[in-house]
Amino acid sequence: MAAEAVGEQRPAGGTGENHGLRIFLIWLPIAVVADILLYFVYGPHMPPGTMSDSAASQQFDIKVMAVMAAPIMAFVLVYAVYALVVWRHREGDDADGPPIYGHTRIQATWITVSSVVVLALAAFGTYELAGKPFAGAGSGEGPAPIWKPASGNVLQVQVIAQQWRFTYRYPQFGGFETTALELPVGRPVQFNVTSLDVIHSFWAYQLGVKADANPGVNNVAFTTPQHTGQFTVRCAELCGLWHGAMFNFGKVVSPSAFETWATATEAQLASVTAILPPYSTTYDPTVIPNINKAMAKAGIAGANGYYYPPQDPAQP
Amino acid sequence: MSLPARVVTLVVAFLAVVVVGAFIVVHYFLGGPPTVDYAAGVTPNSGAAVNVVLQEDPQNTVSTHPDWVSYFVQDPKTHQWIHTTLFKVPAGSRINMTILGYDGCTPLRNQYFGKVTGTIGGIVNVDGKPTSQINSWSGCNVGHTFSIPAIDLNVPMATPSNPNANLCGTSPCTSGPHRTETFSFMTPKAAGTYFWQCRVPCGGGFVDGFGGPMQTIGFMTGNMVVVN
Repeated sequence: MAAEAVGEQRPAGGTGENHGLRIFLIWLPIAVVADILLYFVYGPHMPPGTMSDSAASQQFDIKVMAVMAAPIMAFVLVYAVYALVVWRHREGDDADGPPIYGHTRIQATWITVSSVVVLALAAFGTYELAGKPFAGAGSGEGPAPIWKPASGNVLQVQVIAQQWRFTYRYPQFGGFETTALELPVGRPVQFNVTSLDVIHSFWAYQLGVKADANPGVNNVAFTTPQHTGQFTVRCAELCGLWHGAMFNFGKVVSPSAFETWATATEAQLASVTAILPPYSTTYDPTVIPNINKAMAKAGIAGANGYYYPPQDPAQP
Repeated sequence: MSLPARVVTLVVAFLAVVVVGAFIVVHYFLGGPPTVDYAAGVTPNSGAAVNVVLQEDPQNTVSTHPDWVSYFVQDPKTHQWIHTTLFKVPAGSRINMTILGYDGCTPLRNQYFGKVTGTIGGIVNVDGKPTSQINSWSGCNVGHTFSIPAIDLNVPMATPSNPNANLCGTSPCTSGPHRTETFSFMTPKAAGTYFWQCRVPCGGGFVDGFGGPMQTIGFMTGNMVVVN
């Protein structure tokens, strides 16, 4: 901006030339084309897609931010190229440039535009996160979520992270636990995310759901699948040697296919469900009475590969 | 300092850096446990049977961590026990796995992994008895697991029948109370490296029992390398 003022005063740069207008006229079509391409051509392919309402809202957010950012980036590039071309050093021009004392109008414009852009994005982001239809935008809201889906017909799915695999419990189907994650399309899902050991993070990429999995904590996240298909679940928190291999694939299926799968899986896993602890939003194996009974029965006092009692100094 | 002395000093310093660098590369990047080859002479994707034998011990007295629990792999040619958890198998083959369980019990953190999954027939034979599930919380029943998540394989390792008996104290174990578990599974048709692990928190002395041997190749985790 200051260079524009300089340009207006420099004989070598062309006296009387309106560099500001030139730059604006170059920038405007570039910005408009960039925004159209970003929103309408690349936008529908932006991550994480539209498989769920939270994913779709995230894609919309990213499109809006890209549309806001593209003209700014275009202006910086246009200005840089314009300066390199128009104000480049010329043969025989060894004179110093004129001193710069600031330019109140440009500075005020710059500060105003920056403030408006940043504050508008902050307001937009807050509305997208907290607004009623978005239910937390797929992020972990902690054990007492503020933003919930409007529908009461919510499918409960517990996500249990452990080194290095996710397992899933379905409390509305007898509490069976499985390594497969299936969801019905069109029905709100409440993920209750927890961990049995270290910290992990449940990241269902195409669903736009990402929630930390911490031991002893129930981290709730909501989403509503909108399309059938496969999605990827990854751990997004460095959790040990095989963190990179801690992933699996989930499926969104029709409501009838889900009911069939869930009912069949409940029956198939009945024997292992019977030895699982009662469904709870968190688990702490060190205080499960059955473990202590087993240890006592076996004459195990702890350490050397066994569970430590809570008072053991080796515990974190 | 004279010119020859400076040259010599520079050369010595340069060589010292090269030697240290080479040691780091060889020791930390190229070193590690050997890979036992069960794929030699077997045609991949032919459905051929390959017998793989492992054992899990309460300790590893042939390592620098003698108090760490550990798996060993048997060399198919020499039948020697190798201190490693890396083994190579052919793609598209039936693996007949035998695991000798010499270690005592530790409850599973997640009872779900008491269920046998991914084996042919969904069972493991514990001392010849077909079993599909072991409850690690009802008694001293489970010592470790052998699990390959990528192929949904999970087999709990039963503990010796008498939990109060003196366990084998020298690795690799050749005597002492133990269980013999056998099960079969098919290797994937595609070549690749599939990590395997124990799911029992048996890293004694580490936070929540999931450090040390649980995070170290050559002890309670490793790779099944599938080749074509």
